[in-house]
Amino acid sequence: MHSHDETDDENVYDALASADDDGRWAFGTGFDAGTAEIDAPVPEGVDRDDLATYCLMLADDALVASQRLAGWTTKAPELEEEVALANIALDLLGQARVLLARAGHLGAAEPFRVGPQDDEDVLAYFRDDRAFRNVTLVEIDLGDFAQTVAWILVLASWRLALLQRLTGSRDPVLAAVAGKAVKELTYHRDYAAQWVLRLGDGTPLSHARMQAGLEAVWPFVEELFTAHAVERRLVDAGVAVDPTELRGEVEAVLDQVLPAATLTRPDRAAVGLVGGRGGRDGVHTEALGPVLAVMQSLARAHPEATW
Amino acid sequence: MTVTEDETRDLEADFERTVAAEGRIEPRDWMPEGYRKTLIRQIAQHAHSEIIGMQPEGNWILRAPSLRRKAILLAKVQDEAGHGLYLYSATETLGVDRAELTEKLIDAKQKYSSIFNYPTLTFADIGVIGWLVDGAAICNQVPLCRSSYGPYARAMVRICKEESFHQRQGFELLRTLMAGTDAQRAMVQDAVDRWWWPSLMMFGPADGDSPNTQQSMAWRIKRHTNDELRQRYVDMTVPQAAALGVTLPDPELRWNDELQAHDFGAIDWDEFAQVVKGAGPCNAQRLANRRAAHEDGQWVRDAAAAYAAKRAHQEVPAA
Repeated sequence: MHSHDETDDENVYDALASADDDGRWAFGTGFDAGTAEIDAPVPEGVDRDDLATYCLMLADDALVASQRLAGWTTKAPELEEEVALANIALDLLGQARVLLARAGHLGAAEPFRVGPQDDEDVLAYFRDDRAFRNVTLVEIDLGDFAQTVAWILVLASWRLALLQRLTGSRDPVLAAVAGKAVKELTYHRDYAAQWVLRLGDGTPLSHARMQAGLEAVWPFVEELFTAHAVERRLVDAGVAVDPTELRGEVEAVLDQVLPAATLTRPDRAAVGLVGGRGGRDGVHTEALGPVLAVMQSLARAHPEATW
Repeated sequence: MTVTEDETRDLEADFERTVAAEGRIEPRDWMPEGYRKTLIRQIAQHAHSEIIGMQPEGNWILRAPSLRRKAILLAKVQDEAGHGLYLYSATETLGVDRAELTEKLIDAKQKYSSIFNYPTLTFADIGVIGWLVDGAAICNQVPLCRSSYGPYARAMVRICKEESFHQRQGFELLRTLMAGTDAQRAMVQDAVDRWWWPSLMMFGPADGDSPNTQQSMAWRIKRHTNDELRQRYVDMTVPQAAALGVTLPDPELRWNDELQAHDFGAIDWDEFAQVVKGAGPCNAQRLANRRAAHEDGQWVRDAAAAYAAKRAHQEVPAA
């Protein structure tokens, strides 16, 4: 004989019927930047606009990647994967929000402001694609599940290497965001690595798809290790991480995972740049425009509204 | 070993005593076949509702108009996948598996809540689903936390907590929109007009037309009749609508002092029957999407199984 617990129908219904204190229930209010406040002063000797641009670069990488991953909702191969992909998308969205708020605090939102929205929403919804500073890897179509896990493996390994170093940044907000994100990205990388192993060393079909997924992502990898002028200046100021230093660590991950998954490292050229300019300069692939068009459509239809 | 008729009678008497004394039946306990089947049907239907219910809300994740709303919605849809997972696990304790139930869902051999066959046309629908649809779901589900079947009751405790959180979030979104622009207020009223009647249908047929209710109540699987729960939902929702400043689209809705409850208009049971039968606005689309996700994922599940089999083989020591 098992006794039932003390669930009291009436109390639960009564609690649900009262309509006050809603703020308490709203998930995602406020930011969690770890220990630093969004409005921490700009470190001495650091250019404010450069710092704002760098925050946008790291924010846009996370925001666009999150938007792409959210596109898997209701389409994943198994319910556990629904939960995991949504988790990764939520982590990246959380990282993006703090970084956008920091960029906004540094003045990045002002040229785009048309209504009463918070800085993070001005920057996410009222900026055109040419002002997005993300690397092009994050904006490409994710293809099938194999390509998606190849993409997560590369993206998370790179961002993890970057943010691990950023924990020592002289900017307290960047250091705090990085400190929190490192745990998240470690999970993303491990999740993706597990699936690359399963698919690479699963069936002949999954092996072929896993290799093809890796090939599709590969041309966008080189850009991850290319430094923009803003990054170079901020490296000198002790604020940013030099992306050229990340190659070794990312390659070490791939050198460990790919052979174990019976996959071969692709031999494919990097995508060409437009007059030497890439995602960090706001020169993107054709894929970004439609991604932003969908994301921004409702917010732009009501520029005077907040939600 | 076979169980004799006398033994079966003893087991049945034990079962009846446990249920009548508000005890819990656990997976290893003896239970009548009808009880097992009823539970599988009900829990599977609930699990399918969580999974299909991800689609109408998922429709707005990519277009959510602020990053905070996007995070809330993505987390909510993720919770629904989680609810589906625990509910399918609860059915596994009754001897069926998730794959088998998913096949039944996509072959339209098992049902899910008919509410999810309506389209989400504006972002206000996201708030109204939280407020009305999750509100109705909670009225249905809170008593299930005391269901006689232990694994189901325990899953429902967790699910109800999360559902009530979702209901608050929906209400909070609507309050924000009602304090916003004229266009936002109009969007909310339009969404309420479209979802109110389908939300009343979520409680199922009127008591006189609900064939399974009596047995389910005797088995303590279900604790209240459809009409009792529907009335409770109406009485709970009317003051919330007033607080929001929206009109519920029912000219016959009014307080009845004598009954100490609200009177409300007649539900369009023909529309309900249509939707249940598969001819609602989105039935075909919802099932086609679920089928596509399941079939497109087959090669991934096959690969995971093949990989696991290779690893298991490698762990066997050489003879």
